[in-house]
Amino acid sequence: MIVENQKLNPKLFDADVEKVPIRNGFGEGLLQAGAEDEKIVGLCADLTESTKMLAFAEKFPKRFIEMGVAEQNLAATASGMAAIGKIPFLSSYAVFSPGRNWEQIRTTICYNDRNVKIVGSHAGVSVGPDGGSHQAVEDIAIMRVLPKMRVVVPADSIEAKKATLAIAKNDGPVYLRLAREKTPVVTTADSPFEFGKANLLWESDAPSVAIIASGPLVYNSLMAAKQLETDGVKVLVLNLHTIKPIDSEAIISAAKRAGAVVTAEEHQVNGGMGSAVAEVLAANHPVPIEFIGVHDRFGQSGKPEELMEYYGMGVKDIVAAVKKVMSRK
Amino acid sequence: MSLHEGKIKELEVMANEIRKSIIEMLVEAGSGHTAGPLGMTDIFTAFYFHILNHDPKDPMKEDRDRLVLSNGHICPVLYATMAHAGYFPTEELMTLRKFGSRLQGHPHREFMPWLENSSGPLGLGLAQAVGMALAQRIDKGVSSNQYVYAFLSDGEQECGLTWEAAMLAGKNKLHNLIAVIDRNNIQIDGFTEDIMPLEPLADKWRAFNWHVIEIDGHNFQEIVSAVDQAKAIFEKPTMIIAHTIPGKGVGFTEKRFEWHGKPPNKEEAKLALEELRTLGGKIVSEHQ
Repeated sequence: MIVENQKLNPKLFDADVEKVPIRNGFGEGLLQAGAEDEKIVGLCADLTESTKMLAFAEKFPKRFIEMGVAEQNLAATASGMAAIGKIPFLSSYAVFSPGRNWEQIRTTICYNDRNVKIVGSHAGVSVGPDGGSHQAVEDIAIMRVLPKMRVVVPADSIEAKKATLAIAKNDGPVYLRLAREKTPVVTTADSPFEFGKANLLWESDAPSVAIIASGPLVYNSLMAAKQLETDGVKVLVLNLHTIKPIDSEAIISAAKRAGAVVTAEEHQVNGGMGSAVAEVLAANHPVPIEFIGVHDRFGQSGKPEELMEYYGMGVKDIVAAVKKVMSRK
Repeated sequence: MSLHEGKIKELEVMANEIRKSIIEMLVEAGSGHTAGPLGMTDIFTAFYFHILNHDPKDPMKEDRDRLVLSNGHICPVLYATMAHAGYFPTEELMTLRKFGSRLQGHPHREFMPWLENSSGPLGLGLAQAVGMALAQRIDKGVSSNQYVYAFLSDGEQECGLTWEAAMLAGKNKLHNLIAVIDRNNIQIDGFTEDIMPLEPLADKWRAFNWHVIEIDGHNFQEIVSAVDQAKAIFEKPTMIIAHTIPGKGVGFTEKRFEWHGKPPNKEEAKLALEELRTLGGKIVSEHQ
C-alpha cells in the first residue's frame, strides 16, 4: 500500500487522475529560482517555449540568452558564464543536449567543474508522433558516465519543480531529464523530496519484489503494484529520481527486503538507471533483476501510450517482469 | 599607446627566456608540442608582461582580465610564461606531463585552479570566452573595462563550434571580447591550406560581424597597438589575426609542420638552446 508519509496524490488511482507535462514543473521551478537568485541565467537553443524556459525569458530578459540552433555552443557558452559566477540553466531537447553536445559538456562543464544545469526535455519514446529521431533514450547513460555530473529524473511536474529548485542551490554540473507528454501527477506539494535520496512510495509486509522506477514509469510501477496486490503479490516501489549520486543504501535495503528487483525506466536498458542499480547490487547484494526499458532499439512515431506498450514499458509489462523475476529467486 | 624602445627590449629578453624554458621543459618531458609554443611566445609575453590586468600574487582577483587558451596543446608557452610572471617557480616547469604535476599535458583547472579553463580538445575556447563576456556584460554593462581574451589556433577554425561562437558574439556586439588567432599555417597533418583552406580568413570573420585586425605576431608594437585598437571598438568583438612563424626562434623548427606535435630530443634541444642563447635579445621581427 501507499506509504502514508509520502503524501502522494489522493486521486492517484482514479481514472481521471490529473495529468501535467513534467517539463511544466521545470518552467515553474526556474521562474521561482530565478526570482530568488539573480545569478541564475537561462540559455536556450531555439526551443524556448517547448522546453518551458519562456516564462523565465519573459520575466528576466537580460538574463536570458537565445542561442539559435547551436547546442555545442549552448554548453560551452554556459560554461563560460558559470566561470564568471552565473548559474546557467540550459535547455533543449535531450537528443540535442546532452546528445549532440556531449563532448562540450564533458570538457567545458565537467572537466572544468562548472556549475551548469543541463535540462533535456522531450526524453523517452513518449515524445510520440515526432518519431525516433526526437526520442532520447540514451541520455541517462551518457550523462551518468561523466565524472562530476549528477543526474535527476523527476516522476511528475511537481517533483520536476522541486528538483529544479534543488539543483539551483547545489554547486556543480547536473543533468535534469524531462518528458514532454502529459504525465499523471503522482506526488503533491507536501511530498518529501531530497536530491540524492530515493523515496519509498509503496510498501508491503514481506515483499517479494522491489520495483525501482524513475520518471513517468513511477506511475506505471504504482499501477502495477496495485494490480499485483489484488493478485496477492507483495512489492515495494522505490522512486529513484536521483540516479547519480545514487542512493545505494535505499537500493540495497529494498533488495534485502524483497530478494528480487525490477527496474523501470523510459530509456535504453543498456547503461541507464537499471544498469546503475545493477552496479550497486552486483557489488553489495546480488539478487535477480529484470529490466523494464527500451531494449537496444530506436523509437518511432505513434501515440505515447501505444509506444509505451509496444516497447514493453506498460503496466502489464511491469506486472509480467515482477512475476518473472519471482520465478528466478 | 606605443611601446618605448626600452620596453620592447625588455619584452624581447623575456620572450627569449620563455623560449629557453619551453625547449628545456619539452626535452625533459619527452613529449609535447614544439612549434606552436615557440610561435606564440611573443604574444604570450606581450600579454602577461604588458597587456593583461592580472596579479600573479592574487591570481583569482575579481576584476582580472580573463585569458582563455583554446588550443591547450601549446600550454608549454602558457606554463613557461606564467612561471616567469611569478605564478609558480620556474623549476616546476620541469614537471610538465609527469605524474602528479600541476602542469598537465593539456591544461586542467583541477590541478591549477587559476587557469581560466581546461583545454586540449580543439574548438571549445571561443565559446567559453563568449560566455564569460556575456556574463560580464550582464554584471557590468557596456561600459565595462574588463576584458575577455581568447587565444585560438588556426587549425581550430575548422571546428564548427568556433563559428557558432563567432555568430553569437557578433549578434551580441561583445566589445569586451578580444580574440587572437595564431595564424601559423600548420596543423598536425600538414599546412592548413592543403588540409582545409581557411582563406579568406579575415573576410570570414568580418562576415560574422567582427572587427578584424591583422598583425605580425612577433612585433610587440603591433601586438599592443592591435589590443589598444580593439578596446576602442565598442560596436563589435575584435579578432586579431596574428601571423606567426611556427617554431620561431629555433631555426630548424621554423615553418615546419613536422614540429607541430613532437618535442626536440636532447641533441636537438642543445642546438636550440645554443641558438636561443646566442641570439640573446635578437629575436626580432623581420618587419622591424
